Amino acid sequence: MQIELRNIHKRFGPVHANQDISVTFHEGKIVGILGENGAGKSTLMKILSGFQPADQGQILIDGQVIDYTGPTAAIANGIGMLQQDPLDVGAFTVLENFIYGGAEGIALGRAQAEATLDDLSARFGFELDPHQLIDNLLIAQRQQLEIVRLLALGVQTLILDEPTTGISAEQKIILFDALRKLARDEGMIILLVSHKLEDVIELCDEVLVLRAGVLVGDMEMPSADHNLTGAVIAETKQHLVTMMFGEELEAQSREHYDLGKPVLEVDQLLVHDLRLDMQPISMSVQASEVIGLAGLDGSGQELFMRACARLGRITGGNLRLNGDNIVGASYRQLFHRGCVFGAAGRLEEGLIAGLTLTEHTALVADDHMRIDWKSMAKRTASRIDQYRVKGRAADNVEQLSGGNQQRVLMGLLPDDPQLLILEQPTRGLDVDSARWIWTQLLQRCQSGTAIIFNSSDLEELVTYSDRIFVFYAGRVYPVPDVSQTSIDELGHLIGGEFQQA
Amino acid sequence: MNEEFLNTLGSIIGTATPLVIASLGETITERAGVVNLSLDGSLALAAVLGFAAAWTAQEAGVLDVPMQIALGIVVAMLVGALIALLIGFSSIKLRRDQVAVGFVLTLLAADLARFLGADFTRIPGPQITRFALPVLSDLPILGPIFFQQNVLVYFSYILMFVIWFWLFRTKGGLSLRAIGERPEAAYARGAKVQQLRYWYTFLGGALVGLAGVAYSLNVKPGWSSPPAMQGDGWIALAIVIFGGWHPFRVVLGAWLFAALRAVSSNIQTNGLFIFGQEINFPFVLLNTLPWLLMILTLLIVSGGFTERLLQYMPRAVQHRMRAFLRSDPPKALGTRFEME
Ligand SMILES: Nc1ncnc2c1ncn2[C@@H]1O[C@H](COP(=O)(O)OP(=O)(O)OP(=O)(O)O)[C@@H](O)[C@H]1O
Ligand SMILES: [Mg+2]
Repeated sequence: MQIELRNIHKRFGPVHANQDISVTFHEGKIVGILGENGAGKSTLMKILSGFQPADQGQILIDGQVIDYTGPTAAIANGIGMLQQDPLDVGAFTVLENFIYGGAEGIALGRAQAEATLDDLSARFGFELDPHQLIDNLLIAQRQQLEIVRLLALGVQTLILDEPTTGISAEQKIILFDALRKLARDEGMIILLVSHKLEDVIELCDEVLVLRAGVLVGDMEMPSADHNLTGAVIAETKQHLVTMMFGEELEAQSREHYDLGKPVLEVDQLLVHDLRLDMQPISMSVQASEVIGLAGLDGSGQELFMRACARLGRITGGNLRLNGDNIVGASYRQLFHRGCVFGAAGRLEEGLIAGLTLTEHTALVADDHMRIDWKSMAKRTASRIDQYRVKGRAADNVEQLSGGNQQRVLMGLLPDDPQLLILEQPTRGLDVDSARWIWTQLLQRCQSGTAIIFNSSDLEELVTYSDRIFVFYAGRVYPVPDVSQTSIDELGHLIGGEFQQA
Repeated sequence: MNEEFLNTLGSIIGTATPLVIASLGETITERAGVVNLSLDGSLALAAVLGFAAAWTAQEAGVLDVPMQIALGIVVAMLVGALIALLIGFSSIKLRRDQVAVGFVLTLLAADLARFLGADFTRIPGPQITRFALPVLSDLPILGPIFFQQNVLVYFSYILMFVIWFWLFRTKGGLSLRAIGERPEAAYARGAKVQQLRYWYTFLGGALVGLAGVAYSLNVKPGWSSPPAMQGDGWIALAIVIFGGWHPFRVVLGAWLFAALRAVSSNIQTNGLFIFGQEINFPFVLLNTLPWLLMILTLLIVSGGFTERLLQYMPRAVQHRMRAFLRSDPPKALGTRFEME
């Protein structure tokens, strides 16, 4: 199979999301799609997979012009896409999801479908229980199910939009192995949108770079067969960054500030969970300090952060903010005392779909009954500037690209909080944006704000944290000296290897 | 078992049938993501128009009795279906809120029914008669309860199984559930979301219409004021929730409700005697009994309790029980779906 895009254009109002994009994808290749937030990556992929029509341009498969009307037509032509949030039905079982959308007919054909599902899963080392509800699965497993489902539909090209945000390192290895197998053994085309340059370098054969809707370059990746040395990776990364942003970015680093008095004191804190056996946690967070929480998803760090923000249940121990006991306090009370929580689920918890950026500003503004829309619009405009959001004050948040939603969320944080508790503050952000967010955060640190954050990006943890705590199955392990800890070591700790140590 | 008691149970099943059919119809509609709030009015309007059609045919002396009844049924089903379609249309095409439109239609249809029904008050019309099913009606206990009824009751049994089978055993059922849970996912798999929603709203509405005419041709023949079914539309909506959008549970809920209603009305007329002692308290409060029981059951079913219970069951049984015990509404219920 060979896919050719010819002069693809797509506009959203004044935004020219894809400008005259022409490119050819060859059989058996894994192609990375890179670009800053809002560059038009998702848009291009949605056009290719039939979720959005292009305004202009042609798609050719094996030299034939294809004119398709929707995602099912794209699948019939052999192109399937795995959305960032897998498009499955939460109330269905794995098997029902697998069957739904498949062959014609009335009967479900459970037995046969189950056999096919088991076969495919076994081939890629996926562990999918056919009778489990989708709602009870991890994102990684839902991705695996979608991949298997698309394969069963005979897809020859698989598009993945940021598949590695929100899945653990082990799951990533399983996913990448499967993708390699598909490309090498079955000659499939794999298109991977990602912000994690290491992932792209490790997995892809070649890379396309988009900037502001324009295809600005492509590059062959160093072959994985020649042992990828650190130097080669660093050089390639630098090269890619230059292509993406038009300038070199200096190496990430931060100064460490003098720590102030304790802001948050955690003493033998117990949080309750049905699944995890949580051990008591103790730590003290000082003003200007950055605390990183590491661990696989669902190891207890999220529970801990929510408990500290008084959004989760505490079953024992003590918690003090600036010396006052806050175990019985509500988040609202904490918020007024300068403790702010930023949730990872952007559109679920952080932002409200259907409201404009200005309306969001008004929501978090001081408690006046009457809203002064003019000043709100002004404030929004200045935040848009400051946080370099690609979007307008009157746009609804759900229209923004993922990365820009994150910027808006950050822009809504108050100016000088005492304590910021942030879930994955840079999830889905491009390298430049992530740095930008951290510059903003560190500025606040310098003036005394303490930060607790978690991340699945180990480099981010090591670079920005004063101290790191590793969570593993409800146990907590303080990393002795962050400056002496390599990313590899941290990776081992996250896998639970601190028990022997 | 005491014959009188079995007969009472049988008549409870009989009187519950309109509720059963209406709740099953609403179940289908809501499974597709559309909430038809007009039930209370639709039932009344279908009842009165269905009765009017059948009675007019009887007066004119055209058709024989079964066909007069069939005519009434067809008219009533059309009435129910059209009202439902109106909700579907205003939500899908005009982008109006389903709840608001449904509520307005409830009031409108109820008033219209009262107005049109004035001419038909307390006149006898054709009636659906009961007939015992051969063989089945001779079964001990079950026979007198379930199989000495009229054709609508038998139809409601079949309907329950057909809906269950469609929902959980066919691809069409997967599609129906998906458009109510996550229409984007359904669209991505080739379902024509809007078209299906229209269709299931229509079908559900037709069943509501059938339920309406079941009152005026069977349960309490003719038209009275206040109408016999007043308030039952809201009860049917509650039963759908109580039944967790699962046909078996919905039917059980309707039967349970009818039974409790029979108990409370019996106590209200005959008084309550325990060991020969007459107990006195404001019996009107008994009317709340069914609701209290429903809330209690919902609390039990929706707590984490059932999930823990499920963990102890064999795996094969687990997922079936989970579908039966679930208490979450379809996730996209009452929302619009727009493709990009
Ligand atoms: N449905 C839409 N309505 C209006 N504007 C849109 C819509 N979808 C995308 N856009 C705009 O098009 C541009 C490209 O968006 P796209 O989602 O393709 O970016 P992206 O490269 O995937 O970014 P990210 O890395 O943040 O996910 C953005 O400026 C975005 O605001
Ligand atoms: Mg995107």
